[in-house]
Amino acid sequence: MTNPSSKLETPESIIAELKKPLPIARTFFTYGMTVLAFALTGLALLPLVEILWSILRQGMPQLSLQSITSLPAPVGVEGPNGFGNAIVGTLIMVGIASAISIPFGLLTGIYLSEFGKNSKTASGIRFITTVLTGIPSVIIGVFAYAVVVVTKIAINNGQIFIGREAVDQGIGVPLPGFLGAIANLFNYDINTLSIGVGGFSALAGGFALSILMLPVVALTTEEALKLVPISQRFASAALGATRFQTTFKIVVSTALSGVTTGILLAVARAAGETAPLVFTALFSDNWPDGLFNPTPSLSVLIYNYANSPFPEQNNLAWTASVVLVSLILLISVASRMVTRRR
Amino acid sequence: MLIISSPRCEELLASRTLQLIVMQNRAKSGKNSPKNLDAELDITAGGGLNLWLNEGFTWLVYGVAICTALTLFWLSWVILQQAFPAIQQFGLGFLWGSEWNIGELKFGALPFIYGTLVSSAIALLIAVPVGVSVALVTSEDFIPNWVRSPIAFVVELIAAIPSVIIGLWGIFVLIPFLLPLQQFLFDRFSFIPLFSTAPSGPGLLTSGIVLAIMIVPTIAAISRDVLLVVPKDLRSASMALGSTRWETIFRVLLPSGASGILGASTLALGRALGETMAVTMVIGNSPQINPSLLDLASTIPSVLATQFAEALDPLHIGALMYLSLILFVITLLVNIAAVLLVRVLGHKQG
Repeated sequence: MTNPSSKLETPESIIAELKKPLPIARTFFTYGMTVLAFALTGLALLPLVEILWSILRQGMPQLSLQSITSLPAPVGVEGPNGFGNAIVGTLIMVGIASAISIPFGLLTGIYLSEFGKNSKTASGIRFITTVLTGIPSVIIGVFAYAVVVVTKIAINNGQIFIGREAVDQGIGVPLPGFLGAIANLFNYDINTLSIGVGGFSALAGGFALSILMLPVVALTTEEALKLVPISQRFASAALGATRFQTTFKIVVSTALSGVTTGILLAVARAAGETAPLVFTALFSDNWPDGLFNPTPSLSVLIYNYANSPFPEQNNLAWTASVVLVSLILLISVASRMVTRRR
Repeated sequence: MLIISSPRCEELLASRTLQLIVMQNRAKSGKNSPKNLDAELDITAGGGLNLWLNEGFTWLVYGVAICTALTLFWLSWVILQQAFPAIQQFGLGFLWGSEWNIGELKFGALPFIYGTLVSSAIALLIAVPVGVSVALVTSEDFIPNWVRSPIAFVVELIAAIPSVIIGLWGIFVLIPFLLPLQQFLFDRFSFIPLFSTAPSGPGLLTSGIVLAIMIVPTIAAISRDVLLVVPKDLRSASMALGSTRWETIFRVLLPSGASGILGASTLALGRALGETMAVTMVIGNSPQINPSLLDLASTIPSVLATQFAEALDPLHIGALMYLSLILFVITLLVNIAAVLLVRVLGHKQG
């Protein structure tokens, strides 16, 4: 407690330390870590750029109208070679998956956001749905195999087959061409009176994809609905609307673009999945033949042809990748445009 | 005196009267003090069809939500039921049986469990530092914002590419690129058990690298979000005490975001354990246990993908179901841990 001004004076030693440059070790550490972080980031970017470049470089040369509209040609046979059947098959199965998962997912999302909110039941359902998103797709394929493929019921010439015996009954009515594939969705033949449900089929594949899409649709719907301001719900209720009217006329219609984005993202995810299809929808070299027969898909085609020893099939796998990635990017861009329009 | 002419008004008046009667009854029964009556007024109550629709819709939504949740239990039940014959046949010994012979119907899960765990461990070892680096570069102000956002976007874009295409790329681009590197490891370090077999391209190391590429976006995206919400005060305080940028990152930012980064890594581990197609295409699918990372191996998802469609013998199908049950239980536990970690973090910040 001498002179009050001496308190403000900084000791010589501290001034000396402040004037000294940063010790060499600390400088080195700072610059070294910066370089390392950028190097690792570059390492993360490299594969992505390489993958996109490879797909374009190896896939674009063969891409033509013929390759997306014709059937795969047997190895060694000259003629139109393509994967039109796989494109149709992917669309059919994603369509089935959407038809099952979108209504269920939407209603679950509405429950979580509008009805359950923070109740114990809603928290439980939210938790289970979140866990459901993390289940490996191959496990969902196994589930679909057990539920749909193995429990096949087939009626062939008046005889009824159930289970594995039914899987062995190769039934179906092949109709040639693009139109036949679409027209013959329901496999029913008057001549032999054969009809089948289950087995390796588009239905099994679509079911597996729907389980995959369900939690994504539900959780994104909930997120989208939560963004609608609570005051709008109050206003609707104040005008005498019931909860049903408020939910549909106010909340869902306001959040429609967000809900659509979520659905499109789920569709994009389902379109690229392979593991649940390999042993539920199987594959076929022909046009999709009804919902109850093995159905080709783009992703399984890429898997099969990547492992093929024939270079022309490997090339076709790259071309199919171009189509599949474009399809997914198209859906993603569409979802972004829906969001922007708001 | 009001003259009521339109039927709509009459309806309104009627429902209003009804509400008043209800209110009076409530007041009489003494459950509610008259002061609370206004808060109790249910203005959403409509009449007839609307009320009925509303009730029906409430129950429908509730039922569907329960159904969605039940899917998980249905799935668990079906897989357990399908695996049951194999569980009875092989018992717990299945877990450490190391032979997989379809011809002699001898099945053991150890090679697949080993392959799954080791390939995921390699992936995590590579992906955690890389993912955290990406998160740091895109959340710190090293570079201007117009460069940062595209980097973050491009890294997350890889998550949108189907795994089968990454597998295709792995076969035709990555394996030819890695083979000389693996050969070098074998030539120089073959005395280390990890590199003791001649490389053939596919194998544990290759699949670990492919998995790392696939899980980096998960780790990067979540860690970035975590680092962005670390309070500015903490950073400023550290800087004011004279720390350099990296001292701040290591002593302040990373410790305060640790649980989030751990959650991200756990989530990524769940993805890696269950990833099927890309791994199946680059691991070689050979059910063996070899300490060498350059050797072929097999994982639970890869054996399911390659053998399920062709499995005919009920015991073979049962063994595959048993394997999927093991994978299901492992990934379920990892995912629940991840969800809880992220949730704990959310509560801390909220």
